[in-house]
Amino acid sequence: MPCFHATVRVGLRPSVLDPAGEAVCTAAQRLGHGAIQSIRIGKAIEICLDAPDEARARQQLESLSANLLANPVMETWSLELHNQEA
Amino acid sequence: MHVGVVVFPGANCDRDVGWALAGCLGWRVTFLWHQDATVPKLDALVLPGGFSYGDYLRCGAIASSAPLLGAVADFAASGGPVLGICNGFQVLTEAGLLPGGLIRNRGLHFICRDQTVQVASCRSPWLRHFAVGHSLTLPIAHGEGCYHIDPPGLRQLEDHDQIALRYLDNPNGSVGHIAGVSNRAGNILGLMPHPERACDQAIGGTDGQALFQGLVNWMGLS
Repeated sequence: MPCFHATVRVGLRPSVLDPAGEAVCTAAQRLGHGAIQSIRIGKAIEICLDAPDEARARQQLESLSANLLANPVMETWSLELHNQEA
Repeated sequence: MHVGVVVFPGANCDRDVGWALAGCLGWRVTFLWHQDATVPKLDALVLPGGFSYGDYLRCGAIASSAPLLGAVADFAASGGPVLGICNGFQVLTEAGLLPGGLIRNRGLHFICRDQTVQVASCRSPWLRHFAVGHSLTLPIAHGEGCYHIDPPGLRQLEDHDQIALRYLDNPNGSVGHIAGVSNRAGNILGLMPHPERACDQAIGGTDGQALFQGLVNWMGLS
């Protein structure tokens, strides 16, 4: 069965305050990066999985992302399905 | 009064809850392992504070899919009183048993201090014996206690009288100063403060004991 590699990016919804991102933004500006207007911190989750084809790999990853990796109350997620190894 | 206290790996308040309920109130306490899929016959269930599963991914996220949570949901669906304290509150929101979610404190600091909260609704059996507006002083200890819900969700909470406790001096940026919410039925209560740490006069107060004792009075048990 082919192995698929994926990256799921999870971040806080734009309407949700990200105090950690704000703290990093303040530090960046203090270091002279005055052009930086905002920083928001999320996470990238790397996944390898076996699936018969790309469609079913995507289906599984979407379910995982919506039900465990991200909490829709305060987060959004996006999925990148990368390469496939035989 | 027979209460079950859920034990997750990484929880650190399960024994404190056990001491408060058994040692201070004389209840019968049974610890429930997270990998069990059933619970014995109980009068109430408590999900304690701590850092279940290391709080990996998000606070309470992994615990919300533990085998025991199915049994917790069944117990709650049958009307059993369930209390989630701090991380237990986070677990209940992650499991979808309570609305909203808990995110990083606005000021980033982990806050550990006594906090005054006000009873905003006495609809939940855990708070039935308090008058609305009654003040309680309870310890808080959390880094991710900022309650979040979107504006339509907040309106629903207000419409259904689900806001149970509000901070008097909002320590963490919570929407609506919310310190605790209940489900629609009222039998599930989640709160960030630690009532189990306020059950013994020797360690600074007994306002938490009043919360637990109220449930007993409401249930007509001893």
